[in-house]
Amino acid sequence: MPIYRPVADHALLVDFGTTITEATHAEVLALDQALAADPCKGLRETIPAFVNLLVDFDPLLTDHAEVEAHLRGLTLRQGASAEPVLREVLITYEDAPDLQEVARRTGLSREAVIAAHLSGDYKVFLYGFSPGYAYLGGLPEPLRLDRKPSPVRGVPAGSVIIAGAQCLVTTLTMPTGWWIIGRSPTRILTGDPARPFLFDVGDRVKFRRIAGPLPGVQE
Amino acid sequence: MRFGVPASGPMDRKAFAIANAALGNPPGAAGIEVSRGGLTLECLEGAVTLAVAGGGFILRHGAQSFGSWHVLTLRAGQSLSVRPGPWGCWTYLCFAGQLQAPVWLGSTATHGPSGLGGGRVMPGQDLTIADARVLAREGPIPCPVWARPRAMVHAVAGPQDRFFSDETLEDFASQAFHLTDSYDRMGVRLRGPLLHPQAALSIPSEAILRGSVQVSGDGVATVLLADHQTTGGYPKIATILFDDLDGFAQLRPHDRVRFRMISAEEAVARARRGAKVVQDYLARSHVA
Repeated sequence: MPIYRPVADHALLVDFGTTITEATHAEVLALDQALAADPCKGLRETIPAFVNLLVDFDPLLTDHAEVEAHLRGLTLRQGASAEPVLREVLITYEDAPDLQEVARRTGLSREAVIAAHLSGDYKVFLYGFSPGYAYLGGLPEPLRLDRKPSPVRGVPAGSVIIAGAQCLVTTLTMPTGWWIIGRSPTRILTGDPARPFLFDVGDRVKFRRIAGPLPGVQE
Repeated sequence: MRFGVPASGPMDRKAFAIANAALGNPPGAAGIEVSRGGLTLECLEGAVTLAVAGGGFILRHGAQSFGSWHVLTLRAGQSLSVRPGPWGCWTYLCFAGQLQAPVWLGSTATHGPSGLGGGRVMPGQDLTIADARVLAREGPIPCPVWARPRAMVHAVAGPQDRFFSDETLEDFASQAFHLTDSYDRMGVRLRGPLLHPQAALSIPSEAILRGSVQVSGDGVATVLLADHQTTGGYPKIATILFDDLDGFAQLRPHDRVRFRMISAEEAVARARRGAKVVQDYLARSHVA
């Protein structure tokens, strides 16, 4: 059973567990979908994460107890939703400052790192941190490394970075302690007002290799 | 926020709403937030009435000088400078007309770290006000007592208060903290008693809110503000009420702040009372 935790005057955090698993994340998405289909009074937004869903509401229209009662009354249909959408992200492994170091730390050849990365079946677990930062779970076991001891500044947008079981395509120039293994011309912030973000949470993602380097990439 | 984008917008939403209401603008009409860095505008062409509200800033309009909380008309050849004054961190300029700004995701609010949205105003930049009007109304705007800096803010424990000992929770609720110079639109780090979590914890990243008080492994608390990252893996000892964040944002680095812990039910009741006070004020100040 989930745990309902009040957050300030305007939100409820629904916790389904403490560790990241596919099953827990499926419960988060099931509640998110059920609430979208049958919203409670005063609902402003829901934010799915790895193990919980934050439900933000207007305290002038409802309160924590009412929202919790509504959530308890929802019927969750896990896995009943349609096949997840598969999205393709292009990647070049040229201009990848950390590829050699990732190979060294994993004991794999450069090409084996690339093959392992391309073999991954990724899933969008959540957006977080900054606009369009989609956390992809499902990085193959051999590539899972702790993050760097300290972040590197000025990592350009479009970098493909990995840490732990996660992979991410950056959308802004930002510091990161993750390992930079490639660059992608695929835009997660699409610039299309009708669909500003490429992924929905729950989408599946495959990487497809292209020849690089990309034009205009700044080191 | 589900796509990693915080709402952003003004650090002091009430002062911003007052500046717009003073001109009869619709709520949320685009305006300019001015930090303690200040701002100077020159009117190149035409004339427009503008309102300044928020903080205790100093305005210089030609030979005249006013406090912030003022409506005035700027005409071609005139300049207006906005400088920090006795109190506050943020003030708002709104115009009788439409300030032209890029729209992203249906909003002209600016996400500072990325520059997405309306965008930062840069030195030398030209601003255009469409349908600029000159209003008969000029003079001071009353500064309500609730627009002052708030040295005591209400908070609800959690959502990860369970990771802290009773003594630590008691320290948080009873001791004074100070804002530090690590302060920007994303958040402010506090100085005060260390709030060590009971175990070295890294929770799976989850949504965080404007007003979350997150505690890093070294026990230092940070309050997340308008341009906050949308997720984080640090435990949150408490979350500040939405209504108190405008006054909190007008505190300056080194100012003192205390937290008063209340229940979720009390928090909702306070939110409703606070909203009514602001609505009543705005209804009175609205230009017919």
